[in-house]
Amino acid sequence: MNAGRILIVDDEPQIRRFLRIALEAHGFAVIEAVRGEDGVARTATETPDLVILDLGLPDIDGKEVVRRIREWSHLPILILSVRQTEAEKVEALDAGANDYVAKPFGIAELLARVRVLLRMRTDGEGGAAPSRLSFTGLVLDRATHEVLLDGEPVHLTRREFDLLSLLAAHAGRIVTHRQILSEIWGPAHADDVQYLRVFIGRVRAKLKDDPAAPRFILNEPGVGYRFIAE
Amino acid sequence: MPASETRPEPEALLAEANREGRGRLKIFLGAAPGVGKTFAMLEAARIRENEGVDLVVGVVETHGRAETERLLAGLEILPRARLFYRGRAMPELDLDALLARRPQLALIDELAHTNVEGSRHAKRWQDIEELLAAGIDVYSTLNVQHLESLNDVVARISGVRVRETVPDTVIELTDEIELVDLPPEELIARLRQGKVYVQEQIARAIQNFFSKGNLTALRELAMRIAADRVDAQMTAHMRSHAIPGPWPAQERILVCVNEAPAARSAIRAAKRMAERARVPWIALSVVTPVTESLPEREKDALVGALRLAETLGAEVVSLNALSDVAGEILAYARSRNVSRIVVGRARARRWLPWSGRETVADSILAKAGDFEVTLASTDGKSVGEEPLRPAVPDVGWRMPRAYLLSVLGVAAACGVAQLLLDVMPAEGLSLVFLPAVLFAAARYGLAPSVFASVASFVAYNFFFTEPYYTLHVYRESEILTLVLFLIVSIVTGNQAARLRTQASAQRAIAERTTRLYEFSRKIAGAASLDDVVWAAVHHVASTLKCDALLLGQNEGGRLTILGGFPPEDRLDVRDWGAAEWAFAHGEAAGWTSATLPTSSWLFLPLGPNVKATGLLGVKFAQKSLPSPADRRLLDALVDQIAVAIERTRLAGDMEETRVFAETERLRAALLSSVSHDLRTPLVSIIGAASSLIEADAILDAKGRRAMAETIFEEGERLNRYVQNLLDMTRLGYGALTVRHEAIDLRELAGRALRRLDHALASHRLVLDLSPDLPLADGDPVLIEQVIANILDNAAKYSEPHTAITISGHGDKKTVVLTVADEGPGIPLADRDKVFDMFYRVRAGDGQKAGTGLGLAICRGILEAHRGSIAVEPARPDGTGTRIVIALPAAPTDAPDCARNGREEEQS
Repeated sequence: MNAGRILIVDDEPQIRRFLRIALEAHGFAVIEAVRGEDGVARTATETPDLVILDLGLPDIDGKEVVRRIREWSHLPILILSVRQTEAEKVEALDAGANDYVAKPFGIAELLARVRVLLRMRTDGEGGAAPSRLSFTGLVLDRATHEVLLDGEPVHLTRREFDLLSLLAAHAGRIVTHRQILSEIWGPAHADDVQYLRVFIGRVRAKLKDDPAAPRFILNEPGVGYRFIAE
Repeated sequence: MPASETRPEPEALLAEANREGRGRLKIFLGAAPGVGKTFAMLEAARIRENEGVDLVVGVVETHGRAETERLLAGLEILPRARLFYRGRAMPELDLDALLARRPQLALIDELAHTNVEGSRHAKRWQDIEELLAAGIDVYSTLNVQHLESLNDVVARISGVRVRETVPDTVIELTDEIELVDLPPEELIARLRQGKVYVQEQIARAIQNFFSKGNLTALRELAMRIAADRVDAQMTAHMRSHAIPGPWPAQERILVCVNEAPAARSAIRAAKRMAERARVPWIALSVVTPVTESLPEREKDALVGALRLAETLGAEVVSLNALSDVAGEILAYARSRNVSRIVVGRARARRWLPWSGRETVADSILAKAGDFEVTLASTDGKSVGEEPLRPAVPDVGWRMPRAYLLSVLGVAAACGVAQLLLDVMPAEGLSLVFLPAVLFAAARYGLAPSVFASVASFVAYNFFFTEPYYTLHVYRESEILTLVLFLIVSIVTGNQAARLRTQASAQRAIAERTTRLYEFSRKIAGAASLDDVVWAAVHHVASTLKCDALLLGQNEGGRLTILGGFPPEDRLDVRDWGAAEWAFAHGEAAGWTSATLPTSSWLFLPLGPNVKATGLLGVKFAQKSLPSPADRRLLDALVDQIAVAIERTRLAGDMEETRVFAETERLRAALLSSVSHDLRTPLVSIIGAASSLIEADAILDAKGRRAMAETIFEEGERLNRYVQNLLDMTRLGYGALTVRHEAIDLRELAGRALRRLDHALASHRLVLDLSPDLPLADGDPVLIEQVIANILDNAAKYSEPHTAITISGHGDKKTVVLTVADEGPGIPLADRDKVFDMFYRVRAGDGQKAGTGLGLAICRGILEAHRGSIAVEPARPDGTGTRIVIALPAAPTDAPDCARNGREEEQS
């Protein structure tokens, strides 16, 4: 069973070993690289389906690795970072990385992210997302702008709908503030996080989504929002 | 105190310790020029050089003597510095070059030399002191007539007053004295052969100075000095080695100093006595209202006399007295165990012998009783010291108002007399004028009252005696009236003048005292060094009518100006040199002091620990010496400033010590925390993991899962501790930067709950968070950590299956979140301590795992947010713990998007 080929770029042998065992157990083929330069080269030669990239590498910065890969490839990149480096995560995400996992992490969390990213790859990146998105208790029709919460229609304004559908289209994946803002309000508003907060609050209220026990929208403080996919 | 006699005397030991690290001074002492001091010094130096000593000739005057020049050849000679003085380049010892060169031994001729104006020190012996302090040995030469205390004696013997003098303390600092002796006959013979001075000076020299009698007397003096020094060294040795001996009780000699020229002779006499008896001596001046009103010139003479005493090594004291100067002196003498009092012979009595005033010297002699009193006479020849102008009391000729009012008084008396003409005999009417005379005397002093007496007499004579309206005098009784009037006016006027002087002096003293008191109050209230500095310079400047500066060490250890009034932040090179010298040596320098007197500022060390306290600089506009009263006031101010600065510094030190102790306590706690709390999860992880490896075959699937779960849970716990430790170090270094954004506490609570999934699994969670909960202002990551820590604590300190309730409320200013558990609660006594680092409430079942960091970090984070955290019992019976955190509400300034939102709603 080959679920896909994954390139791990990390200079810690223990982490590589643990990831290899866990990923291989779940049917992935694993390639390893220790250094950033090596990682970029192997991405080209080994054509992996996904790259797991540590941000702290001995030679070049992880963000630089993301930029170099993005010069010619759209393959999903999952970042491993430590907590409290929100700015760095956001930078890497805005440079083109697709999601992140904060160290230390459980393998379940990692596998969930990996699966979401690989599904994105099979779904295709080019905006060919289905017009109807269905989740447990929530259905979005992107053509009619209809929203059904537990079967009941919910009225959303155009922007609220755009916001919700953007997050839902990336279900299970982080979307940074900047990405949401420039997508929905335009690049001029890329830094107006307050807008976003207010609209997220409204969407949540309309979806009866309790922030303390969220069903749909999860805040990743300082980074962005994630639509809960499970 | 017989017991203490067997111990080394601390003062003696201190003196010896002070010598350690200092260079040694050897003086080649001669009775007169030409005895061969320089020659002897060079010979000694040659021997030392052969021994391999690194020596440099700083200054040697050969006076053209060939044999001396021969000896000098081959020695390293330091080039002289050229100082420009009045347009001429004057060669002078290059002190800085010598200090930089740092030889083991320096030869510096003529100890008594006065340096060219503009040098660092006024006198060469001060240069030598600095060399000694720098650890350089010095050989120098000295003629006995240059010693300060022998100045009078030598002047009497030889008729020549030597102007270049050396304080006797220099001799006390000398480690070795070599007497260079030559019998007078031989010296005169050498002189005739031209071996001493160059030819043309010989004849005059022999006449003036080199007579056999003079030389013999000087030779004896030199020998006595050398012998005394040996004696003193022996005594010092005995004292510092606690050799018991018959020590005289520490008696003191007291010399009374006033503005008269005789005071100088008295000072020198006292110095000699004290030296011979080897006892300390005190120079005492008593400030009375009279001295306060002395003319400047005499005040200067008094200050000069006190400074002479100071250079001669006296303890200088000045006291206040109203009238009984002698009584004051005697009382002070008794209090200080004085055995002998030296007084200058009094000046001629005042011109009013019947006034009954006796001189101070007379009263001392009369009342002395058990004291030995010595009257020192003014040097008969009195060479070089011109007598001072006698004091003329200023009774105020320049007071036209006083005379006018006196005349008015007399006129009024005339009027009254006219009214009384009918009821009183004309003879009695003269009495009516008496009040006018008394009024003038009491109010304006002597001269106006004399004037009023005469005016009264004239008016009385003119209007009320026959023949009327003439000034003819017919009866003797009228003359008697005039005489009586004059006596009344003189006695009253004098008395009133004295009272007035006393009163104004009292006022001045009272004012000074008040100011000093004010200052001490002001400075006591000053909390920071800056406040003290400002209060000090402002006060010194306004009290003494001068410019004031405070200087101290900056962080780099360099002397810098801390503050000035009027504000001043730079000094010229000369002033700066004086300041640095004073700072380096802890002694006064600059104007009116012995060091760098050409500076316009006087720098005074603030107490003995000048490195810590600093310097006070004062600059007076007028160039006269400060009066003793001002000088005393200045000393008092210096003491107070020093104490105040010391106090703020100590407070700083205490704060530092406290912080240091706290850091130490934290370090210890951190170590115990790391060793216990961080290791506990590691033990489980390593144990479980190794079982999985070793006992894989024995373990069933359930067992393996249990092991893995242990590893997972403990790993998560470890992760939380590490996170807390990291947060704590960030808080501790003050580097915690808080991001300010609008945060939804419900959201953050939700994230914390997700993170603590496992830890909270066995508790029942009750969420009571209204959707209307306002947004708070804060850093989402840090606040999430706070909530997680609180929830973690709640789970840890309450039984499984009990409820943990999260609730919140808020208004426009504050948002509050509370977490309540159903555990045993925290005892009242512990409630404040739970926020201390590494503090844990002891639970009944022993120590719960935890670093004790959680709540401390919560508090740190909330303080950084201007929020608060508190702990209280959850239920009225004191059980259960409720933690309440409060954060400032987020500013509700999102009108743009709010409006957008509404518009869209409507669309």
